[in-house]
Amino acid sequence: MTLLIAVFAAVIATAVWYVKPDAARHKVGLLVWMYWGAALMWLVDAVFEFIELKAAYFTPEPADMLNDAFLGLSVVALALVVWIVVLLVKDPDGRVRDALRRKK
Amino acid sequence: MACFAVPAVEAIAVTAVAYILQKKEAARSLQVVKTEGAEIEDNKTPFSKKLKWLRNLLFGGALLLAFEHVWHGEVVPWFPFLTAVQNGEAAQMLHEMATVGVSMAALITLVWVGMVLVTNALEKRAVKLQPHSAKN
Repeated sequence: MTLLIAVFAAVIATAVWYVKPDAARHKVGLLVWMYWGAALMWLVDAVFEFIELKAAYFTPEPADMLNDAFLGLSVVALALVVWIVVLLVKDPDGRVRDALRRKK
Repeated sequence: MACFAVPAVEAIAVTAVAYILQKKEAARSLQVVKTEGAEIEDNKTPFSKKLKWLRNLLFGGALLLAFEHVWHGEVVPWFPFLTAVQNGEAAQMLHEMATVGVSMAALITLVWVGMVLVTNALEKRAVKLQPHSAKN
């Protein structure tokens, strides 16, 4: 479930990076790298688990599935938090800088 | 247990190599500009930039997997940071690092090699498609 959520997140982030012309400036690439990196690593994890559990790998307990889904969503949220922090610090459009100037 | 540590270590090594390579490439391009007298337009992506793709994949994945290990209680914020070491399961942890961790790093590196090969092929095709006058 975690692998599945990471793959969906990676595909969506990659599609956004490709479709949106200013995605590179807005550091969407950061999300793409993080999600694909995690998805590939979890793929390896899944292969090793499959070797160990065989067919039982595909029939997890509902409680385990729920926990894995919750973990997957938390991982997506963590990557989004990292991305938004980097975006605000780099401030490619100067919006944070403008907001701080306006306060003065 | 600590499989993400292997890609993380590789990411640190790749970062160091990319940094050194970037310095060398910058010095080389400066030398070319000085000797040729004019800046030559180079459409090829520098290798240091390609290495940064690998670094990003490794660091990104390792960060999210580290979070997963915290989630499962395998990594803790106090010494020795790994519950496997605390519980005397260090041998099991090292075995997992040697199998799962190394496989993770290997797969990511393999995917990156594929990306570099595709990029190189696209760059070569772009050079071939350029009009003859643009080459000179």
